[in-house]
Amino acid sequence: MSTGEKLVQLVIVIALFVGVMAVVLVIADRLKSKRGESLQTVAFLLPAVLMIGIGLLYPAVRTMYESFRNAASTGFVGFENYQTIFTNGDQLTVLRNTALWVILTPILATFIGLVYAILIDRSRFEKFAKALIFLPMAISLVGASLIWKFVYDYRSTENDQIGLANQILKSLGFDTYRFLLTDPWNTIFLVVILIWVQAGFAMTILSASIKAIPDDIVEAAKLDGVSGVRMFRYITVPSIRPSLIVVLTAISITTLKVFDIVRTATGGNFKTSVLAYEFYVQSFRSFNNGLGAALAVLLFVLVLPIVIYNIRQMRRLEAQ
Amino acid sequence: MTTTTPQMPTTNVDGKTRRRAAEAAEEAHQRLSSPWASFAAIIIAVVWTVPTLGLLISSFRPQASVQSSGWWTWFTNPEFTLENYDAVLQGGNVNLGTYFVNTAVITIPGVIIPITLATMAAYAFAWMRFPGRDTLFVAVFALQIVPIQVTMIPLLKLYVDPPFGLPQLAGGDAPGGGFYTIWLSHSIFALPLAIYLLHNFMKEIPAELIEAARVDGAGHVKIFTRIMLPLMTPAIAAFAIFQFLWVWNDLLVALVFGGGSLDVSPLTVRLAELSGSRGEDWHLLAAGAFVSLIVPLVVFVAGQRYFVRGLLAGSVKG
Repeated sequence: MSTGEKLVQLVIVIALFVGVMAVVLVIADRLKSKRGESLQTVAFLLPAVLMIGIGLLYPAVRTMYESFRNAASTGFVGFENYQTIFTNGDQLTVLRNTALWVILTPILATFIGLVYAILIDRSRFEKFAKALIFLPMAISLVGASLIWKFVYDYRSTENDQIGLANQILKSLGFDTYRFLLTDPWNTIFLVVILIWVQAGFAMTILSASIKAIPDDIVEAAKLDGVSGVRMFRYITVPSIRPSLIVVLTAISITTLKVFDIVRTATGGNFKTSVLAYEFYVQSFRSFNNGLGAALAVLLFVLVLPIVIYNIRQMRRLEAQ
Repeated sequence: MTTTTPQMPTTNVDGKTRRRAAEAAEEAHQRLSSPWASFAAIIIAVVWTVPTLGLLISSFRPQASVQSSGWWTWFTNPEFTLENYDAVLQGGNVNLGTYFVNTAVITIPGVIIPITLATMAAYAFAWMRFPGRDTLFVAVFALQIVPIQVTMIPLLKLYVDPPFGLPQLAGGDAPGGGFYTIWLSHSIFALPLAIYLLHNFMKEIPAELIEAARVDGAGHVKIFTRIMLPLMTPAIAAFAIFQFLWVWNDLLVALVFGGGSLDVSPLTVRLAELSGSRGEDWHLLAAGAFVSLIVPLVVFVAGQRYFVRGLLAGSVKG
């Protein structure tokens, strides 16, 4: 397809969509009676509900069903796919890596974001300092992975280095290191990429939350002689606890679904695969539908408690 | 979840403000005078900035230099060329220009369609009365947590082999060269969160306003288009920026539903491929990376105000 044809497609789809929606609204506007009102409700609601039902609900149920069937989806195998995930050596590595990602990323990204937010709070360069940490959020994870692959680039010690990390090692007198090839540390170096992206998100929300702490609490604490680390521990952290939970939850869920970084940086080789990537490999490369579905369902099962905890926290907060 | 407006600094300089400003300055001074604290802040800022700076500098260096010396030598030996950008945008075997167009063609409907549908559905959930409303809303909310991976294979099968003799959306002679499946998928995946957030914003609008309009004889469509949409513009903008960044930067949806076809693959797919097949061509990868991030960066910086407010909605309380 030529560029022109693509743009024509773009115009067609937008015109089609806007046209249909306009017609729907105009017709709905003419329906005045009681029955008309319920037709209006249908017009407003149906497109979205239909798309969600067919595009999310049905596939999710279907995938759960497929996860109990064999590679070609032709017969039932019971829990065999789940058994494979928890016994097969490769799959266990995937689980270990996923655990490393989910433990390290939210905690470190949130911690760095929080510390940074406090350090630059009300400083003269606050806006600029925030922008520096904030900008990686706009970069695609593919772009971020490229940026860090360049930092990690390996050349043997006697050569000139083009990767910053190995140049630093070399100037300190160490041998250069294959950051992305050596298991299990390579997973940690991939985690660094996501921390780099997510810390800005944590910083933004926590910074706003810190600014919302009432002045009189801070002043009262100061009068009592509280300062420094103790102020942080006893005043700041408890005051922003709800935001901390939101940030940790959001980053945990993003982390569980991380796919782009692993695919771009190592292609899942050298024992760096994670659940979300392994799902893609099994489903679209190894054509093992059953195992792919089971991995996806496991992903869902892992997200579930995090979300439930979050909802309960929110309820408690609203009840107060 | 409730939304809170961020506190605005008072503009009139009364005694209290001045006192607070003085205190703040003193505090900042104290904090900054702690050498460890400022050292830590500077370290973080440097680590967050330098990797991108390195790639940016490399994208303007000649190929031979990029491959033989570190980008930091540029400070002592500055060189400048646009060849890398020329090569990735127009060069024969890389040609990112095409993929750039693909990304744009994917993104624009991928933002407009879900946001329109979500705004309407959110209005229905917030201001229309119908049986089963609360149950349905909770169901939509709950579907947010289904990871898209869980839905992909059955959805793909529906596109390729739809029931009831509906037209095929993917495969052989798909309409629009295969863009429709990507547009539709992005729209579907965005809906639950969009409906949920926009519903929360809409609930903040005083009910009296709606009731007064109803008494004056305005129907739902008039209220929606004349009252809601103007009032909702900031919230819609916030979510639009979210959705824009998400779709522009997406890799997984494009890979799965684009089927790797050159005609519909966005920049991210191409860059990921390049990085796998030519890990040493850093001059091209660097330029490519910057081509891909310039548009989201501009949108992000321009819409930061809305974006931050959207991020903060419901998360900052007290």
